[in-house]
Amino acid sequence: MNIHEYQAKQLLKQYGVAVPPGESCQTITEAKAIAEKLFAAGQTLLVVKSQIHAGGRGKGTFTHGFQGGVKLVKSVEEAVHVAGNMLSKTLVTKQTGPEGRVVGTLLIAGAEKIKREFYLAVLLDRANSRPLVMASTEGGMDIEEVAAKTPEKIFKEHIDPAVGLMPYQARKIAAALGLKGDVFNQACKLIAGVYKTWWECDASMVEINPLAIVETADGKEAIMCVDAKIGLDDNALYRHPNIVAMRDLAEESPLEVEASKFSLNYIKLDGNIACLVNGAGLAMSTMDIIQHFGGSPANFLDVGGGASKDQVAAAFRIILSDPSVKGILVNIFGGIMDCNVIATGIVEAVKETGLSIPLVVRLEGNNVAAGRNTLAESGLKLTSGDSMADAARKVVAAVNG
Amino acid sequence: MSILVTPKTKVLVQGITGSFGGRHAQLSIDYGTQVVAGVTPGKGGQFFEHKGTRVPIFDTVAEAVRETGATASAVFVPPPFAADAILEGVDAGLDLVVAITEGIPVNDMVRAKRAMQGSKTRLIGPNCPGIVTPGEGPDSHGGCRIGIAPGYIHKRGNIGVVSRSGTLTYEAVYQLTVRGVGQSTCVGIGGDPVNGTSHLDVIQLFMADPETKGIIMIGEIGGSAEEEAAEWIAKHGTKPVAGFIAGATAPPGRRMGHAGAIVSGGKGTAEAKIAAFRAAGIGIAATPSDMADTLLKMM
Repeated sequence: MNIHEYQAKQLLKQYGVAVPPGESCQTITEAKAIAEKLFAAGQTLLVVKSQIHAGGRGKGTFTHGFQGGVKLVKSVEEAVHVAGNMLSKTLVTKQTGPEGRVVGTLLIAGAEKIKREFYLAVLLDRANSRPLVMASTEGGMDIEEVAAKTPEKIFKEHIDPAVGLMPYQARKIAAALGLKGDVFNQACKLIAGVYKTWWECDASMVEINPLAIVETADGKEAIMCVDAKIGLDDNALYRHPNIVAMRDLAEESPLEVEASKFSLNYIKLDGNIACLVNGAGLAMSTMDIIQHFGGSPANFLDVGGGASKDQVAAAFRIILSDPSVKGILVNIFGGIMDCNVIATGIVEAVKETGLSIPLVVRLEGNNVAAGRNTLAESGLKLTSGDSMADAARKVVAAVNG
Repeated sequence: MSILVTPKTKVLVQGITGSFGGRHAQLSIDYGTQVVAGVTPGKGGQFFEHKGTRVPIFDTVAEAVRETGATASAVFVPPPFAADAILEGVDAGLDLVVAITEGIPVNDMVRAKRAMQGSKTRLIGPNCPGIVTPGEGPDSHGGCRIGIAPGYIHKRGNIGVVSRSGTLTYEAVYQLTVRGVGQSTCVGIGGDPVNGTSHLDVIQLFMADPETKGIIMIGEIGGSAEEEAAEWIAKHGTKPVAGFIAGATAPPGRRMGHAGAIVSGGKGTAEAKIAAFRAAGIGIAATPSDMADTLLKMM
């Protein structure tokens, strides 16, 4: 699960990590009140940031022509004007696709004067199953690009999960960033807090880009998280009800939200051949084989190893409600799963919704004779595939004509 | 021979009284596996009964091991308690713990893996179908089945299969069996980002096993475990290996069902893994339907 920047900053703040003063809002009236409050508190420049789960906001464009999803403002009037051009408007960035995202929430924060920018992230290093803190002096840039061009500018520190991040490790990282004096000590505290956020929230990734040394109103230097991104481990959400409450359904595809209600693993793609499969590996390779034979998959869908008739019927309804779908491939290898459960679910769903597009079914495994029989007796118009390859070829041929 | 388990391996089931664990304990007993004990805290002294087989249930793994001599366990414990169950098996001195549970928090596994460092226990999984060493009987009856794989599709023989995905393992096994080719051992290492045993670990065991004559290695997007295995095979491989990688069409940044199946930051792509396979002389199955044929052509 992903959360918004303002939510990530809320979590970081709870762990003592410094972030610029600011608040989120969903209406222009609230935006005005926050701007008034921040200016009254001595801020001279504010930033209004569109909250969507996609990068490239600053360089994005709203569909009504307004430029930039992140804007600096010098007055309350300006803040109100910008908020009015962002809230409920659709922002298109290089990561949203041409359809863009509707901005429902803004973060309005103090725009401190940035003196230097850094990069800081905590993630899991899968190669050795340990947490990894990554830091770089190349802040505010695309870290993948830094890793590709100047890997020596990325400092890596592995953490022993038995003891967590030790203070000396935070000092090593701060030193690697070239920090000195008071800012060095502030950075050590901040790094420890960022790591603690990662570990205690069960995050998959905490990324601070940029982490920045800013000049505060009183002319001193401070280090803080100017932008923050947090991704969470879905497996651990059950123990974080406060984070589950941050889920923004507007950021997810409606079909994916519907599928999640039935515990189905569904991901919508751009193609026109839908697939319904048991098992994640088989589901991925069903998409691959559709493409291999010249088709284009419309979704990833794993109904799981123990799917019920109702789940299968729900899965079928979901794929049929995607208007771009022009054909369906059902690929089931029922090791333990009863093929007849799948067949019954399909028949039930089609009776309810009707079927006007080609359906190719490959059933193999446990109780396959009964499953094939159920399909045959239902009178459904469908094509059988002998193997995965045979079924994929048939559905691609039926759709591409 | 075979790797990791033989038809004589004594198996205990952690979570044997749950519906999922119980169902698969029954299927393992039907397959002829030596299921000697179950563990469910608070139900010690009761029995798990199935078609005339009475399996004693214990409160702790330590007791089960002491009383029955079990050396391997299947973990069917729900996610919040699974890391604890794994470490209980480690503490009891089991040779092998196979964690079937799907959905264990990643950080729980990070800690569990750190805690079991230096122990003699090998962990397979989590989020895996388990392990099968087929038996000699009809439909490979009499083998050792730990986990949730369909036993009947196997056949005793000389091909080793290792995979991150359950259903793709079954697909490969089934293709082999219908061509009359059997398997030495089939290992599902699981689809999570932190697992106990890697592709490379299993490949090394297969290379050292005299009975195994050829290997099918099935991988998927995410991480770099397939690349590491390929690199080792290029240097030390002595047997033909065919491979398949799932997820070439998966969009970056999305988890494809398995927690570990994600392309992030341009890393873990199917393209890179297939290139590593090719460089290592691993036969590449163009589609999952070609896994068995790709290997058999090499042998």
